[in-house]
Amino acid sequence: MDKNMMRKERIDRGLKVRTEGIYAISSYREILYLLGPRLLLIVGIIALPFVLELAPYWKRVVNIMCVYALLALSFDFLANYVGLVCLGGAFFTGVGGYLSAIFNVHLGLPIYLSIPLATVSGAALCTVLLLPCLPLRGVYFAIITLMYPLLLTRVIEALDILGGTNGITGLDSFPNAYIEQYAIIIMMLVFLFGMRRFVNQDIGLVLRGVKDNDQSVRASGINVTHMKLLAVFVAAFIGCFSGAYVAHLYMWAGLSLFALDFSIIPIASVVIGGGGTLVGALIGSFILVPLSEILRAFGSFRIVIYCAVLTGFIVFKSEGIMIYLQRKYHQFERWVKV
Amino acid sequence: MEILIYGIINSITLSLLSLGFALVYSISRVPNFAHGALYIMAGYITWLFLNKFIAFPYPLAIILAIGLTSLIGALIYRFVLIRIRGMEISEIIATYAIGLAILEGLRWGGLRGMTFTLPPFVAGSVQICGTNIDYQRLIIVGSGILIFALLYLFTHFNKIGLALRGIAQDERAAMMLGIDSDMTAIISLAIGSGLAGFAAILLLPLGSIIVEAGYNVLIFAIAVCVIGGLGSWGGTVVASFIIGFAQILTEAFLSSHYQMVVALLAIIVTLLIKPSGIFGKQKELEERV
Amino acid sequence: MSAETVLSIKGISKSFGGLKALSDVSFDIAQGDVFGIIGPNGSGKTTLINCITGFIKPASGHVFFKGKEITAWQPHKIAHVGIARTFQIMRPYYSLPAYKNLIIPLWSPRARKTGGWRGGGKHGDRDTVAVDILEEIGFERDSRVPYKLASALPTGYLKRLELARCMALRPEIIFCDEVFSGLSMSEIAGMLPLIEKMKMEGITLIMVEHRLRELFRVANRVMALNFGEKLVEGEPSFVIENKLVKEAYLGSEGI
Repeated sequence: MDKNMMRKERIDRGLKVRTEGIYAISSYREILYLLGPRLLLIVGIIALPFVLELAPYWKRVVNIMCVYALLALSFDFLANYVGLVCLGGAFFTGVGGYLSAIFNVHLGLPIYLSIPLATVSGAALCTVLLLPCLPLRGVYFAIITLMYPLLLTRVIEALDILGGTNGITGLDSFPNAYIEQYAIIIMMLVFLFGMRRFVNQDIGLVLRGVKDNDQSVRASGINVTHMKLLAVFVAAFIGCFSGAYVAHLYMWAGLSLFALDFSIIPIASVVIGGGGTLVGALIGSFILVPLSEILRAFGSFRIVIYCAVLTGFIVFKSEGIMIYLQRKYHQFERWVKV
Repeated sequence: MEILIYGIINSITLSLLSLGFALVYSISRVPNFAHGALYIMAGYITWLFLNKFIAFPYPLAIILAIGLTSLIGALIYRFVLIRIRGMEISEIIATYAIGLAILEGLRWGGLRGMTFTLPPFVAGSVQICGTNIDYQRLIIVGSGILIFALLYLFTHFNKIGLALRGIAQDERAAMMLGIDSDMTAIISLAIGSGLAGFAAILLLPLGSIIVEAGYNVLIFAIAVCVIGGLGSWGGTVVASFIIGFAQILTEAFLSSHYQMVVALLAIIVTLLIKPSGIFGKQKELEERV
Repeated sequence: MSAETVLSIKGISKSFGGLKALSDVSFDIAQGDVFGIIGPNGSGKTTLINCITGFIKPASGHVFFKGKEITAWQPHKIAHVGIARTFQIMRPYYSLPAYKNLIIPLWSPRARKTGGWRGGGKHGDRDTVAVDILEEIGFERDSRVPYKLASALPTGYLKRLELARCMALRPEIIFCDEVFSGLSMSEIAGMLPLIEKMKMEGITLIMVEHRLRELFRVANRVMALNFGEKLVEGEPSFVIENKLVKEAYLGSEGI
């Protein structure tokens, strides 16, 4: 039996090992290795609107892309760091959007007050509404979040409150186009890097512990329900901000804020972009949203495509783009003889 | 009196809708979020058989539609769910995605507007205790009771049915006795989808086939199962009566717009007071140590 | 040597469906005891721990901790007053490195209240304290072991990680659910000094064990269970000679 048995070996790149700890600042190469991808992301996304001066339609798409990126971020955080699968991101956008409309139109607050207020109060409201299912098993959270957007749509329609099917119109728009563009881009970057910091803090570790083994967390004297409350508040905060932004972007808050798109595209983005990496959520939405614009002509068929791709990724346990890229960046593979 | 009759009809309607979902969850622990989609799909298939292709006789169209729906349910398990069995999160997302794909695909494929209807089995109505009731609604009640009886007999006296109950009670123990968990899951998904189709062909003649109804069905099914207790068939029936009567009462005294609100409030109240539902067997809703 | 009762269990009963897991189990534990709970498989030992530490609600009965009733309290509240427990089926926080596993108990309100293990409750100190605790438990500091992902650790280390998790809370009582199972003789020998150290710190230990020889070396009192009922309680040598205990383990034919 002279078969040449080879196996694939994966080793950290030398450059990666040299960048651990204090040695990261020892030379430009290491610094660039660490900072490169991050700089690329930041510079890239900030420069993008300028590049797109030639195609103003696509500048609006960038805004929407960042909105979905934020929703995907909140889904990734909840699902992969805390273990709560939120099937209804539209719940957050709807609440945030409608609250911002109420603050802006009915209470007359200016836009730079209505958006922050809507974010905070929306997050609080969403957390309270999700409170009943937090002490329970994960499947209940999924069920309730799935149902809330659908139910709220029907309730608003049936009771004809908050503008009914017409929605609330007359919201202020942003003072100028640059603020409109960069408010969301900056916030997206802030939330991204903020969340990365957050999940590595001690409190973030506790939340990750809740996902891994919540009985053990209980036995350590921590009230798991309170932790989940905190996690939901953070995710709702991000989601409601997105909703408030969208409402002011279109100067209208209507039933479409609860649309299925806001629930499904974030999930698909996370699965495709790589769950658990936070950046993957952004990358996924950067891919899916422009794709969705291109496919706009197909109408509802878009959703069929997302769902098919999503199911494919889940079933074949694909790791997602970011994880693959990270692996390639940090490690190299080679065949060695056994 | 009217309230009583309509209450019964509404309750049996709800229980027909929810039984498929409850069955699949209790046996294979898979929350089948494609339930509503399968419901609408069955109705649409029946419509296609009746109108698009050579005009099938109604009973044949019904049988074919239910059969196809069961088959598709089983295929969903065999090709998708079987690979992610046990990972609840992935199961939920996958079934939800499939349900969405089916519903939105149907919408794209032409299911728009109110023109898709199924004819009732027997036209006309009858007077009972002073209230006018269509024959169709009577058939619904009758079929509902019949299907419950059949299910009861099946799961208590038929070998396969007993195997299903065994898996529902304790999967590991049943597997040790030689009951194939995957096979029973396929069967349970087939029966669950078939029940969705059965409910569809009974209930859709009352209105028209619209995609929104798919989401409504899913909401009601989940509401009934959560209140009755995920995993308990008796609880499903009891809960459907509770919600059914609650809805009829609100319709009578408030307005018909509040039906959804009733469902939502009922769920929240249940989760706050007795999370495992009325007959819920899972008292430890957190995982056992 | 004062022996005030620190934990008092009265009449705990629990059934699962038709199975009577615990029937009217009562016993008292004094401060500083190393109390062993023995019994064949299925006798209800882990259920008993779950009932006392709040993971399962007992059908009837009472649990008193230093005179205060804690029956059916929530698990995190019971851990907060100072009763820690290990889990028989260990599931560490797989996605985190070993020393980060301890951040969670060090973050808890109890650790912050009691100052944690050597002041580790304060924010920022926790990493160092976590590594310190691991060193005490037996993870070699200079090796990379504390920094490995918990999913990469073998059983012996995981068991010690469980105990470390309990110790980070500075508890008064630790319930050890089969900590010796799955360990080799040398690993157990390595854990005995740890138990001695805990005794010296004044921690009361309640150990559910199958490995009787090792248990009897450390325990000063032992209770035997069978089919959810308490058979006998007392000194180890007394309990092991008891006829009922022998029957429970060996069967009643031809003793």
